[in-house]
Parts: sequence; C-alpha cells; structure tokens
Amino acid sequence: MKRLTFLPALAGLVFILYIVLPVVSIFLNINWSRFGTTVRLPVVLQALQLSGLTTLVATAVTILLGTPLAYFLARRSFPGREVLDTLLDLPLVLPPAVAGVALLMAFGRRGLMGSLLAGWGISLPFTTVAVILAQVFVGAPFFLKTARNGFAAVDTSLEAISLTLGKTPRQTFFRVTLPLAFPALFNGAIMTWARALGEFGATIMFAGNMPGITQTLPLAIYMAMDSNLEAALVMAALMVLVSFAVLLAVKKVAPGGDGHPFP
Amino acid sequence: MKLRRASILIASTLIAALALAGCRQAGAGQPQLDQNRGQQPEGQLVVFAAASLTDAFGEIGRAFEESHPGVTVKFNFGGSQQLRTQIEQGMSADIFASADQKYMQELVDKGLMEQPRDFTANTLTIIVPKNNPAGIQSAADLANKGKLVLAAPDVPIGKYSRRALENLAALYGPDFPKQVEKRVVSQETNVRQVVAKVALGEADAGIVYVTDISSSYRDKLATIPFPPEANVRATYPIAVVKGSKQAGLARELVNLILSPEGQKILAKYGFLPVKEGS
Repeated sequence: MKRLTFLPALAGLVFILYIVLPVVSIFLNINWSRFGTTVRLPVVLQALQLSGLTTLVATAVTILLGTPLAYFLARRSFPGREVLDTLLDLPLVLPPAVAGVALLMAFGRRGLMGSLLAGWGISLPFTTVAVILAQVFVGAPFFLKTARNGFAAVDTSLEAISLTLGKTPRQTFFRVTLPLAFPALFNGAIMTWARALGEFGATIMFAGNMPGITQTLPLAIYMAMDSNLEAALVMAALMVLVSFAVLLAVKKVAPGGDGHPFP
Repeated sequence: MKLRRASILIASTLIAALALAGCRQAGAGQPQLDQNRGQQPEGQLVVFAAASLTDAFGEIGRAFEESHPGVTVKFNFGGSQQLRTQIEQGMSADIFASADQKYMQELVDKGLMEQPRDFTANTLTIIVPKNNPAGIQSAADLANKGKLVLAAPDVPIGKYSRRALENLAALYGPDFPKQVEKRVVSQETNVRQVVAKVALGEADAGIVYVTDISSSYRDKLATIPFPPEANVRATYPIAVVKGSKQAGLARELVNLILSPEGQKILAKYGFLPVKEGS
C-alpha cells in the first residue's frame, strides 16, 4: 500500500524539480559580486525603464477600453456573441510571430490602418507606441476574459435592489457591480500586465529592437545572450523575482475570491 | 488497479518531463532540427551557417545530397553571433560557417573547432524599397533622409556596416557615422531581418551584403552602391566542429564548398572568391 502514495509523490517531486531547476539555474549562474555593476549597465537600465513604462500603459489602456466591453459581453446576449468572444480570445493561442505579422499588416507603413496613418505623417513601427500596441494585443484577452466572468458572476438582484432604492444605473454600476467584480478585474489586470511584460515575438517583429525605444527586457535578454551573458542572466533574474513577487502578492492581497490569479 | 493508475501517472509525467527537457536543449535558438546529440540518423549533417548563406548553401546542400545518396544536410541559418553562442552551449553541429572571423576564432580558441579555412567573401550594399519613399540616392543621404535599419553591432553585418560608415567619414566628414546612427530605428539580429524590414517598406534603407538581394525580395528592393573605397570586404571562414560524429562526411562537404563546383554556386549568388593568401 505504501507504494501507492509513494509513486504519486515521486511524480510530483519530479515535476517540481523540473520547474524549479531552470529558474534556480539562472540565479546560480549569476556572479553576485558584479551584480551591482551589471544591473547599472545602460542596456539593463534602459530595458527596465522601458518595460516598466510600456507594460503600465498597456495595462491601463486595456482596463480603460476593456472594462465596458467585458461588462457588455457579460450582460448582453446577442447573435454572434460566441463568435465575438472567440475572436477576442484569439491572441491567447496565436503564436507571437503571427501576432507580429498581423500587426505589421494592419499598422505597418503599408498596412491597412498604417497607410491611412502614413497620410497623416504618423508611422508606428519602430516606436514605443508599437511596443505598447503589441503588448495590448497579446495581453488584453486575459483581462477581457477574467473581467467578463467577474461581471457575469455578480448577482443581478443586488443591482436591482440598488435601482429600486433610487440609485441611478451609473451609481449602481460604480457602487455595486464594480466593487463586487473588482477581484476579477484586479486579477485580470495583473495577468494582462504579466503577459505584456513577457511579450517578445510580436514586439521584435513589429516594433523592432532599439535600446531605449523598443528594446524591452525580453528583447534585451535575447540580444545580450550573444554579447553579454552576465547581463542576460541578471535581467532574467529580475524578471523572475518581479513575476514571483506579483503572483504571490495577488494570492495574498487580492480582495475576495480565492485570490488565485488564474481562475 | 490503483497501482496501475499510479504507474501510468508516473510514466506520463516522466515522458512529459523528458520531452520538455529535450525542447529546452534548443536554448536561445530557433532552429527546427534534431537537437539530440548522438541521435542523428546515419548520414545526417547539421550545418550552422551565417544567415547570408541561406540561398547559396541551400543549393550546395542539395548538390551534396545528390552526390551522396542517403545523406541529408540540415541547416541552421542565423546571425553568426547566435550560432557561436549555440555551439558554445553545446548544440550539436557538424559544420560552422561564419560571416565573421571573430566568432570562428572564439570557438577555435575554446578548442571546439577543427582548423578553419576561408571559403568565400562578400561586400556590402545599401538597399531601399523599390519605390524609395525617402528618396535616398547615395550613401551620403543616409545621414539626413529616412529611417535606417542596421543589424545589431554584435551581428557580423552590423559590425561591417558600421565599419563602412566609418570609412565614409573620410568622404563626408567625421560626424557622418554619428549622424547616420541617429537615424537607425532598429537593430536586427541577422542580415535577413534587415532585408525583410526594408522590403516590407517599414524602413527606408538598410545595409546588407550584396548577396542578400536574392530571390523573393529582388522585385521589392533597389540597391545603392557604396563608394568602392568605403566598402568593406567580409571573408567567411568554415570549419568542422570538433568531435562531430560525421567528421568524415563533414570534411567532404567542406571540400565541396571549397571546390570549383561549390565556388561556382557561391559565385552564382554574388559571393566573391577568397583572395590568394587572405
């Protein structure tokens, strides 16, 4: 009988080791005595700054544009809702290279939208805006999906009570619906942010690779692999630490729900 | 019954872990080839080659396969700096052809390569989209017109491009390289990415090897030559990777590349013969 618990435990252990080993290997290969100097290299600082800025903007844009849409999708039933839902989910499963090509075909200088913008003298590729566009494209579905489920889970009778008590629909939304759905919105926003932080393929294809302008942390790591492995490891370690801290914080801090960022 | 279920769970976990471990070996690279050292089928050669060799080596590979029935030649094309890193990290290759002496020498110094030999040479050109939206007419225009895409300084073509710009300083003034560098909007990871960005019309100009204006992009690009005295000549070394399980076959392929037949194919794609004594 003992074997029966031993074998699954072993399986679990193998899996834990497998996930943990590569992550730990990053830290074991870093020369910590030079960490301070490496982290202050311009290439590292610029990438940190750019990744911080672009992911925050991308997340904010997603929340602003995504919240009304998520609410609409949760509350209204209309023909083609399934299809629309699926379309909005697409970036979740699309390879980043497909996202990169798609963005170029749409917003490149000869793209559908891009050629229109070009008439106004606006060119998106190779700009920080292009980095943000790529991040929103791949990251938004996480927020949309989670926020939609959050809105759908709000008990509509509570909203009805609020309305009968004389609150306007707007007041009801901000005082009843939004607070109740907030944990879901929060988790969705964190997941969008995390996906944006990790975005690589669409960025390098659509926004190019220019330190300080489009070279985010993942791109800087990729480039540094060939020239400065030390810097690549330090940036990788920073990303691991930030990601871990955020995931853990969401589990601990997230108000309500089970606090799990991936429902 | 329970025991069997447990063993199935274990087995599938192990298989998954092994499969994932196999994938991880690919490391930073993107090549789609058999990564497992020692598991190459008989008569399979793996060639790591500079991205600029894509078309020419493809044809040489086919010629080699024809004259060696049962042998397949697989290529991993990329920036020479990436290929160097991949070989350093233990990815299995039989041959390395670099666009740059430095990366070959680094591998030789680490005892990873057999004796390298120079096998071909290349020069640079400026490319613009066929409709030339920025109206770039000469190398001098690079300092004041349009958006420029170069390869990163670690990529051989990126290094050669910057050397050519330095050479142009003699003609256009000492500030010329800096002014051009200000117009660079992206630093690509290999020369083919530079070609693609310009061919797509996203950038107004790029600096690539003369051999890159090939096949599918020829009708989308126009070239603007460098002043001859400013151009850079890149010499490509090739060597068999030490410890290659197919060393004999690998040396045969290198010999084919160095032979008149191989040189003829390279010349067809615009590559230059190696100068005597270089």
